Amino acid sequence: MQISNCKSLIAVGFTLCITAQSVNAETLRLLTWGGYAPKTVVDMFKAETGIDVEVTKSNNEDMIAKLSATRGGGFDLAQPSQDRIASAQAEFNIYKPIDLSKIDKSLFVASMLDSTLQSSIYDGKSYGVPHIWGTSGLIVNSEKAADVKDYTDLCNDAYMGKVTYRLKRPTLIAFAFSMGLDPFAAYNDPAEYEKIMLKVQDKLISCKGNVKAYWSGGDAMKNLMRTDETVAAMAWDAGGWQLHDDNQAINFIAPTSGALGWIDAFVIPRKSKNESAAYKWINFVMQPKIAAMITDAAGNFTASKGADEFVNAPLRAKYQSSFDTASIDNIKWYPPVPAGLEMIEGKVLDRVKAAK
Amino acid sequence: MLNHTDFDLQCTDLVRQFDDFTAVDQVSFAIPKGSFFSILGPSGCGKTTLLRMLAGFDDPTSGDIFIKGKSMIGVAPNKRPVNMVFQHLALFPNMNVSENIAYGLHRQGINKVEIKHKVEQVLARVNLSGSGEKKIAQLSGGQKQRIAIARCLVLNPDVLLLDEPLGALDLKLREHMKVELKKLQQEFETTFVYITHDQSEALVMSDQVAVMNHGQFQQVGDPQQLYFQPDNAFVAGFVGDSNKWSAKVMDILSDSLQVKTVSGLVLQVQKPETKTFIIGSEVEVFIRPEAIHISPMLESKVESTQLQTNQLHTNQLHTKVNNILFDGANSQLLVEEQTSSEEIKVKLPQTAEFMHLKKGDKLQISFPMQQVNVFPKIQDK
Amino acid sequence: MAIKGKSNTPLKLGLLLLLCPLLLWLVLLVILPQLTMLNISLQERVAPRIYEYGLSNYIEFFTEPLYWNTFLRTAVMSIIATILTLIIAFPISYYIAKMLRGRAKGLLLVLCLVPFWVSELVRTYGWMILLRESGVISSFLQYIGFTEGPIEFLYTDATIMLGLVYSSMLFMVVPLTSTLESLDDSYIEAGYDLGGNGLSVFWHIIVPHAKPAIVSGCIVVFMLTLGNYLTPILLGGKSSLWFTEQIFTQFITRFNWQQGSAFGVLLLSISSLIVWLGLKLSRQSFSKVMS
Repeated sequence: MQISNCKSLIAVGFTLCITAQSVNAETLRLLTWGGYAPKTVVDMFKAETGIDVEVTKSNNEDMIAKLSATRGGGFDLAQPSQDRIASAQAEFNIYKPIDLSKIDKSLFVASMLDSTLQSSIYDGKSYGVPHIWGTSGLIVNSEKAADVKDYTDLCNDAYMGKVTYRLKRPTLIAFAFSMGLDPFAAYNDPAEYEKIMLKVQDKLISCKGNVKAYWSGGDAMKNLMRTDETVAAMAWDAGGWQLHDDNQAINFIAPTSGALGWIDAFVIPRKSKNESAAYKWINFVMQPKIAAMITDAAGNFTASKGADEFVNAPLRAKYQSSFDTASIDNIKWYPPVPAGLEMIEGKVLDRVKAAK
Repeated sequence: MLNHTDFDLQCTDLVRQFDDFTAVDQVSFAIPKGSFFSILGPSGCGKTTLLRMLAGFDDPTSGDIFIKGKSMIGVAPNKRPVNMVFQHLALFPNMNVSENIAYGLHRQGINKVEIKHKVEQVLARVNLSGSGEKKIAQLSGGQKQRIAIARCLVLNPDVLLLDEPLGALDLKLREHMKVELKKLQQEFETTFVYITHDQSEALVMSDQVAVMNHGQFQQVGDPQQLYFQPDNAFVAGFVGDSNKWSAKVMDILSDSLQVKTVSGLVLQVQKPETKTFIIGSEVEVFIRPEAIHISPMLESKVESTQLQTNQLHTNQLHTKVNNILFDGANSQLLVEEQTSSEEIKVKLPQTAEFMHLKKGDKLQISFPMQQVNVFPKIQDK
Repeated sequence: MAIKGKSNTPLKLGLLLLLCPLLLWLVLLVILPQLTMLNISLQERVAPRIYEYGLSNYIEFFTEPLYWNTFLRTAVMSIIATILTLIIAFPISYYIAKMLRGRAKGLLLVLCLVPFWVSELVRTYGWMILLRESGVISSFLQYIGFTEGPIEFLYTDATIMLGLVYSSMLFMVVPLTSTLESLDDSYIEAGYDLGGNGLSVFWHIIVPHAKPAIVSGCIVVFMLTLGNYLTPILLGGKSSLWFTEQIFTQFITRFNWQQGSAFGVLLLSISSLIVWLGLKLSRQSFSKVMS
């Protein structure tokens, strides 16, 4: 029982290795986030190319864990955030470089494509192209917590037991900015970075009483906000906009210290069995109309050039209500994480979790 | 009204009703101090229920139980001055012999030195000195019996209840333990109430036996009384072995009746003083195999002296041997009476006289009318 | 080769074939993964993609109070949960085994079994629906006017304990019930008959008889509780702090398989040690308890 986690991981590894051999050539095994491959798009892709898409829903850590368990096998295409690509490649060697000749660059917003290609460089080669971007910031119930403007406001005494956030690295980064520190600047100075993290650690420990629960899935967070069990959360913009549909008082706001911007990319796992299908999928979903459909499903915008026109009006309105020009300029985009920093963060997160 | 204190155990109009079934029905009895009292009955007769009420594991629906003159109604089993030897003995397997015996003493709060002394004493009395450290599983069947009894007797109860404790033993050991139990009872001078379905156990050991059936006591008496003067057909049939026939009264004489069995055998029986009969009424007659005298029908009737004595027997029957059931001292003959073809069980003495008896041999049998018991037929419900 | 093959009697070959699935199972799914884990746990990262053999992952466990505190807490909570389960399960088992007859008996056992027809996840979410601030119990208490505002029952150690005891109950009730059933009523009656009261009968007669079942039930419950993941995480919320969660975190969110494996090996060995100590203290042997 106690080792079932490890055992199941190893078992998953075995199964994946075995199934990898027998997979039909015309299947694309996609490891991605919920909402990034809606059924309508999958069906359209099948109709156009005859390729089946097997979607596995996941998150950043899980993707790396799954791929490192198989040393890059089991999937043909994955979608980690761009800042986590190079470090994972450095540590585990799980991806293969992107072949840009197979990608229709004209479909991408040029600046975003360049940014992702740059940030996913390991050993002189780029490993990722951008797909969907978004931010994380605050979701606030304006009737009950109108004065929450920044992450540290979550720790106000007034919200004892009434807030929720994740216990993951974005929270550490967000609180650091909110406390007037600049963790990104310290990315290449582990000692300095650790100092910052220790300060954040103290803050999060002292803030623990305010936390109702550390959420781990978007649904759990939405549930807490809907039932008024919490009045403010640190979460993704799309989640806030979805909650806004149900309850006008709840909305996503960009914190004063700046929302954290992330870009989820496409990467090819090192042991991909169907690379050509992977490139076909990338080129397919980056078409403006398809990209707009994905935006509707996921709630976040894509790096597809011209897709915004096709996005439905309400979503655009919600986006604009959360971000004015200043807020957009203030977005802190995640730079690639140097390998090893996550060790420091891991300890900090463990200590926060263990604190009373 | 009897004085309660004359008896170790007394029950008055004891009734135990389960829903629509009466397990114990108006039972009253009194057991004098220091006697060995058995309750004998077939399974399901209510004897176990009766015993459990005496021990306190069950409560009577009505009636009262007195031990040494004190009513036991509402007194919990652990507060009653009675102890019980269970059918399967219930020796605690996790304790050794000494601990088993000491269990009850500990509960009384006696100090350890005294307990040790008492345990040794009682072990000596049951001839098991030095077995104190043995595990229960190491004991033989007979030793377990004695430990189970010692475990109770060490508490010096007013009454010891025994629930067929010999049932699980093999025949030889059971015969041996009967004698041993009787000796133990006499030695400890404790009142024993012993329930059993085995008449031999009851007859051998008891001072008094109660025969129980359908929740009621059919007869209470010493073993000889039950054997020779059964009060009713049930007792006559249950205690000892009998030939049992349904018959009709043919004629009533001054001191005897003439009855005829269903198959036509005509017998003379003594008229019981306590019962009245009319001609034609249905009766049941009992005659024990061991009460029947047999003599070979020799062509030349030389053994005249014997024949003469036998002539005194009222009932003289000519039979032929149908079967020989050899069982050592308990051997029996099945003989067929010649006019009625009625089959009769007869005890076969293992004397030289009858050694060469074989199937088909003619045989004269005889028995006095006093040996025949007759009861009005019980109408089955 | 042929001669060697002939020297094997058919019986031996048959036995080998019969044992084959079991051996394969043991080797492939139990021993091999454990050895792999042991191997991984002994590697320490010196640089990306470069690992060396060393004990640093184990040293980390003992030098970082966070980890062994978590372990200690998990072990203590598991022991408490085991004892609570025993205390609650004993009367239930006794009632089922000794007081009930026929259909009622089966019904009550099935009632104990029913929660296990749904998965642990669903069961735990069930508890969350009942206990959360906006949940059934809180709403009911407000409705009857017992309390003004909503009450949060979730995310406390008591809630974790509740969930653990609840999900362990069956594993205690079943062995206890079957053992108590095998205790002849006459032993209990003899205990009373010889002057014992309820307490002494319980302590000197019922408990010694049930001891193997108590110990085996406790071992199973302790191991299940110690290795439980979902219940403490979901019901304990932000302060759950369970050692399996540490292992999960090391494997999944930290990609630190080396540390995770070391924790796994430590959990296995320390829990085995605790069980061994428990057996020694109760003077039971493993084979006797598990038979």
